[in-house]
Amino acid sequence: MSPAAVKDEILAFDRPEVVADRATHYCPGCHHGVAHRLVGELLTEMGLVDKTIMVTAIGCSVFLYNYLLLDAVEAPHGRAPAVATGVKRSRPDNFVFTYQGDGDLASIGLAEIVHCANRGERVSVVFVNNTVYGMTGGQMAPTTLIGQKTTTCPGGRCREREGMPIKMAEIIGGLGGTVFAARAALNNVKNIRQAKKFLKTAFEVQTKGLGFGFVELLSACPTNWKMSPVKANQRIETEMIPYFPLGIFKDLSGEGGVC
Amino acid sequence: MAKNKRVFIKGNEAVAYGALAAGCRCFFGYPITPQNDIPEFMSKAIVDAGGEFVQAESEVAAANMLLGAGACGIRAMTSSSSPGVSLKQEAISYMAGSEIPAVIVNMNRGGPGLGDIGPSQGDYYQSTRGGGHGDYRTLVLAPGTVQEAYDLTVKAFDLAFKYRNPVLVLGDAILGQMKEPVTLTPTAKVPASEGKAWRLEGKGKRKPRIIKSLFLEDGALAAQNRHLEAKYASMAGEVACEQFQLKDADLVVVAYGSIGRIAKTAIRKLRAKGKKVGLFRPITLYPFPDAALAKLAKAGKKFLTIEHNLGQMVDDVRLAIRGLADSAFFGVYPGDMPAPEDFEEPIVKALRRKA
Ligand SMILES: Cc1ncc(C[n+]2csc(CCOP(=O)(O)OP(=O)(O)O)c2C)c(N)n1
Ligand code: SF4
Ligand SMILES: [Mg+2]
Repeated sequence: MSPAAVKDEILAFDRPEVVADRATHYCPGCHHGVAHRLVGELLTEMGLVDKTIMVTAIGCSVFLYNYLLLDAVEAPHGRAPAVATGVKRSRPDNFVFTYQGDGDLASIGLAEIVHCANRGERVSVVFVNNTVYGMTGGQMAPTTLIGQKTTTCPGGRCREREGMPIKMAEIIGGLGGTVFAARAALNNVKNIRQAKKFLKTAFEVQTKGLGFGFVELLSACPTNWKMSPVKANQRIETEMIPYFPLGIFKDLSGEGGVC
Repeated sequence: MAKNKRVFIKGNEAVAYGALAAGCRCFFGYPITPQNDIPEFMSKAIVDAGGEFVQAESEVAAANMLLGAGACGIRAMTSSSSPGVSLKQEAISYMAGSEIPAVIVNMNRGGPGLGDIGPSQGDYYQSTRGGGHGDYRTLVLAPGTVQEAYDLTVKAFDLAFKYRNPVLVLGDAILGQMKEPVTLTPTAKVPASEGKAWRLEGKGKRKPRIIKSLFLEDGALAAQNRHLEAKYASMAGEVACEQFQLKDADLVVVAYGSIGRIAKTAIRKLRAKGKKVGLFRPITLYPFPDAALAKLAKAGKKFLTIEHNLGQMVDDVRLAIRGLADSAFFGVYPGDMPAPEDFEEPIVKALRRKA
């Protein structure tokens, strides 16, 4: 290659500065890294990096602050929406978001997420649904699909015993304080682009002071699903999306919010 | 607030007045008797003062909201009573571990379980031993009068920021509901720079700040605990107590909060009958005034600890006097409401007791 050709090279894909230049601790094929990247890109594109306060949760993403270089506070398991409420009420001019797993948000932290949304707190929530408790070794989560085998439902989740998987984007979309609630998936480029679009709207409803924004991201946990990364991506398409439909469940972003 | 204004208010209101005087900007509450006056009062007063009030979905959430506000270096508080304070312990442990300043008020009621809504000192252990999981301490201030409820709430905010640590104000149903005249003292404005070295405000052009209690790297948690240990030791200078008629006393009655107040009346009555008894009232329960107690023990005095529980602070009294003196205990059951006369007989008995 001639030096002139190198000079003319256009860098089409670079790492935003807010995303740390380091290897993550995530397993191969894990989607947490994709979700981090989307958040990092958006904060950069929207000029929010300097004024962001991030509330991290307990789960595989507990080291989020090692990968997104932002001011951050670590919340107890499930309490990130309450912590974010305290942060936003203290610093209304800052951009505040939580990043939570399905065990964290849909089980132990159900009261906190529902009331944070219902109050219409001006915060954004990134919800990574991988249908298991990843960090603790793949136990059953409230989102585990019927028939899915986990370490605490070895015979597969059973409707009679364990109930149905919980649909958070729909629940949050049904609450009065929610301005935007949507679900996307991180299993292919098309879906990732949609995820970014949804996240952008969720962030915008906060920056415009309209209310609460929520995006659920269907994500792979190949390790605890005991699948290859490729098979895990396919599982999102064939098993998760049919039960957890993608799309927008509430969007008042064009209507000036909720109060 | 007018200079040295006098008002006639309840202990619960005094806490709220104190918080506002101290520059509290966020209040996170949840209803529970006998402290409801605090969130009710704050729901208007703190908003009028330009602050934020949130009625949380639970005490768990209220305490975690406090954690978020404290991480931003904002003066914030929550108040509750015993069952609610149990639920706050998760966040209190995290705040201790992540060194977040916060003020938590407990108007102690009877327990265990749902207990009753009357006064009790059943939460002494919970308050002074951390209360949640892990090895940590919170500063604990125990007002005995409505004036002290005001003064110590103001002080709680200063201490919380001085040490970057949760501070508990421990009252009870008597103090919360009792009305007394209070002098409202003008307080200094909170400097805008408070917490500047560590608070979260968005990273701007500086390096990101992380407020956390997870320390997984080799040696990191031990280092954090060593650091916290040194911090707790440095709090020793904050120790405060009231000593009443102890100089010539043969018997030292040790009692805190409302019970200290009731014991004082009993002591006055016994003094009028020529009994050489005095009162030692710890005002800080952590740090505990053990040096002052040890000094009294060395002077050859006997001790009687009176509490509104089955015997909790008496452990600290015995540790402080290290077997140097005779130590008796009289407990009022949570659920019963003691009068000064109830204490006279046990005091006289302890006075006569042979070591
Ligand atoms: C109070 C409390 N209970 C339990 C745990 C243990 N724990 C750590 S992470 C986790 C589940 C995380 O699952 P999820 O939120 O789905 O996140 P993932 O790891 O799948 O991304 C649990 C139960 C804890 N840290 N604190
Ligand atoms: S266990 Fe699952 S969620 Fe956790 S890092 Fe591995 S793949 Fe990701
Ligand atoms: Mg999960």
